[in-house]
Amino acid sequence: MTLEDLNELAEKELERQKNFKNRLLYCSAAGCVSCGSNATRDAFKKSLKEKGLDKEVEVLGTGCMGLCGEGPLVKVGSDDTLYQRVDENAAARIVDEHLLNANKVAENLINPDDPFFASQMKIVLENCGKINAESIEEYIAAGGYQALAKALTEMSQDEVIDEVRKSGLRGRGGAGYPTGLKWGIVRKAKGDQKYVICNADEGDPGAFMDRSVLEGDPHRILEGMALAGYAVGASQGYIYVRAEYPMAIERLKLAIKHAERLGLLGNRIFESQFNFRIDLRIGAGAFVCGEETALIRSIEGRRGRPRPRPPYPSEKGLFGAPTLLNNVETYANIAPIINRGSAWFASIGTPKSTGTKVFALAGKIKNTGLIEVPMGIPLRKIIFDIGGGTPEGTEFKAAQTGGPSGGCIPNDHLDIPVDYESLATVGSIMGSGGMIVMDSESRMVDVAKYFMEFCADESCGKCVPCRVGTKHIYLLLDKISNGKATQDDIALLEELCVMVKETSLCGLGQSAPNPVLSTLRFFRHEYEELLKPALHFEQSEKSR
Amino acid sequence: MAILTLTINGEHVSGKDDESLLDIARQHDVHIPTLCHLDGLSDVGACRLCLVEVEGQSKLFPACTTKPQEGMVIRTDTERLKKYRRTIIELLASEGNHQCAVCVVNNHCELQNLAYDVDLQYVRFPYLYPKKELDATHEDFVIDRNRCVLCTRCVRVCHEVEGAHTWDIAGRGIDCTIIADMNQPWGTSASCTSCGKCVRVCPTGALFEKGQTVAEMEKQRDFLKYIVHARQKREWVAEQIEEE
Ligand SMILES: Cc1cc2nc3c(=O)[nH]c(=O)nc-3n(C[C@H](O)[C@H](O)[C@H](O)COP(=O)(O)O)c2cc1C
Ligand code: SF4
Ligand code: SF4
Ligand code: FES
Repeated sequence: MTLEDLNELAEKELERQKNFKNRLLYCSAAGCVSCGSNATRDAFKKSLKEKGLDKEVEVLGTGCMGLCGEGPLVKVGSDDTLYQRVDENAAARIVDEHLLNANKVAENLINPDDPFFASQMKIVLENCGKINAESIEEYIAAGGYQALAKALTEMSQDEVIDEVRKSGLRGRGGAGYPTGLKWGIVRKAKGDQKYVICNADEGDPGAFMDRSVLEGDPHRILEGMALAGYAVGASQGYIYVRAEYPMAIERLKLAIKHAERLGLLGNRIFESQFNFRIDLRIGAGAFVCGEETALIRSIEGRRGRPRPRPPYPSEKGLFGAPTLLNNVETYANIAPIINRGSAWFASIGTPKSTGTKVFALAGKIKNTGLIEVPMGIPLRKIIFDIGGGTPEGTEFKAAQTGGPSGGCIPNDHLDIPVDYESLATVGSIMGSGGMIVMDSESRMVDVAKYFMEFCADESCGKCVPCRVGTKHIYLLLDKISNGKATQDDIALLEELCVMVKETSLCGLGQSAPNPVLSTLRFFRHEYEELLKPALHFEQSEKSR
Repeated sequence: MAILTLTINGEHVSGKDDESLLDIARQHDVHIPTLCHLDGLSDVGACRLCLVEVEGQSKLFPACTTKPQEGMVIRTDTERLKKYRRTIIELLASEGNHQCAVCVVNNHCELQNLAYDVDLQYVRFPYLYPKKELDATHEDFVIDRNRCVLCTRCVRVCHEVEGAHTWDIAGRGIDCTIIADMNQPWGTSASCTSCGKCVRVCPTGALFEKGQTVAEMEKQRDFLKYIVHARQKREWVAEQIEEE
């Protein structure tokens, strides 16, 4: 495979697409499949056949189209019309009225000027909802593998790293470590064998950002990893994906097979000296296996328990070799950076948080689903423009970011820009992209309790503060929530939270107290209102 | 190997770059409490008792797994560290059933000693009273999981020194337990060689010999040093020491 071959493939595919008068794209990501998008597909095929259109109109499944709460979603390719809640009847109507008579089906129409779409900016998700996720040709026709070709034929390893560094890209797995810096460390680390790992464990409850990318645009991850492999000098990559994502696993397997067949993975890629292979490793879905050292142990076939760092995986990772480990979304940004240049990427977002961020918007909000926004966007815009605000009759109370490791942002801070530094100032984190909206009905003590129960269950049990401490924090929250606690319990709760945060071995324990500390900071009155009434005999004794 | 200089609690000391902060502190008579660490075994940094402060770093570091760096300034005894250590011991005390008065290792228990050291009179957390299994199916030994502090010394000694790998950890969080082979009665374990190393290294009364009554069982936990040293130096005297 050469660059010419790649371009030829792209043209052939575009030619093939032109043979169809129209394309009906239905969302085949997990959210819409669960609302019945497979039946929608079958209904389309059936009515196209009935009307004799089956040779002229292509029906294809794409990645997530975003507005998951209104699925199944469908797009008519010729004019980019988007439809929501397309059941079998609506599918037949779309064929009858829209395709045959050019009348849009008003009942299911989504307004394209809706701020849900207008305020977003798509880099990571640019192909999701546009291309057939199971076709490497469609990815190539959309500009896929151009970045890899460019890097392998025109750029040195250091130049690739330099581009990534100058782009300002930071790890999207939660902590926001500068990606270029990490790549540089792995490149410099001594070792004949190095590895590249993609962390697709995505264990935060309610999070499905990475899953959507894997299901909707798997080749983008393969390309990002191959670029990383070239830059740091690795010939083997692993994608660690949880078993709960069967569709992502199937699409990745298919994508790897297709890429190998075209020589985009394997030996001497683009006729260079660079060899790179990718294998999948399936995790059993333990939250802690998303932690990098636990993940590496799990790939090695051992029990996924974290170990103290240093040494960091960049120096001593998989099988003791220098290992680059990045998140799915991080890799998804690499090809666009190489294609369009670091200056373009750095111009998006804020100076210290460049690019975009994908969020899974959920909770008490009108539009739930998958969104991508430029970094630094005010939280208010996400909640009220994109999300459409809270349901009728309720008031916005707080947004929780970072899931079980994060914190909540109350009403008073709605204008905060969503970037790494600003979120930290209010005690929350960017996290991997979960955003849960709470309204006036939500009880913050129960929110904290929910997350703490999750962490206590998911603790690997290795270190004492997390294993036993999270359990006691949970019990204290339970006591408070049941109206059985006193002021002393709140003091003990606070003390224990700080202790667990500072003494735990890995990020799970170190961040598990965050939801409690954050709700204590902004909603302490809700804790205090639940305390049991002060003991009356004390007062009466004093008054005697 | 290089010699480095560092400061521990205001004193200048020197140590080798392949030693841990714990090794160096001990060579200079600085006491740091430990539980999961045992000379002769690999370190896992799990109990968190040995955490120390390193100047210029906001995080705390476990002395047992942290390597020294030139010029490192370390504190091992601040009020914050003391408070955290005490809480760790308190958490452990609340986790299992540690009723010393009826335990075979009463007065020879490392958890008990740690509690004495911090003068732990009272536990602020509710006792979790787990109902974990006691397994007396082995001919010579017993494991009472209610007294286990999950230090994993038994797991490591069995794997690293005896080479049998009988013990493992099962479960998550507070439900973690030590299991034999494929989670079967110890007496039916095919891998166990009945060497008794796990019993000797166990810091508490979770692993003990049959036929011992309350407070009778003294453990010699330093035998490992000799085995490991002998192996490294190829002296092969380990078996003799063991049989004494
Ligand atoms: C308990 C725990 C769970 C984690 N889960 C994930 C995860 O599901 N996906 C992920 O990419 N990173 C996860 N991380 C962060 C990883 O350890 C690691 O920092 C990250 O994958 C690095 O990639 P990045 O630099 O691209 O962000 C988790 C960390 C902890 C402590
Ligand atoms: S902090 Fe929790 S998850 Fe991490 S090593 Fe300790 S017990 Fe395991
Ligand atoms: S049985 Fe003893 S040695 Fe084994 S983990 Fe429990 S306390 Fe530690
Ligand atoms: S002795 Fe260092 S963590 Fe246990």
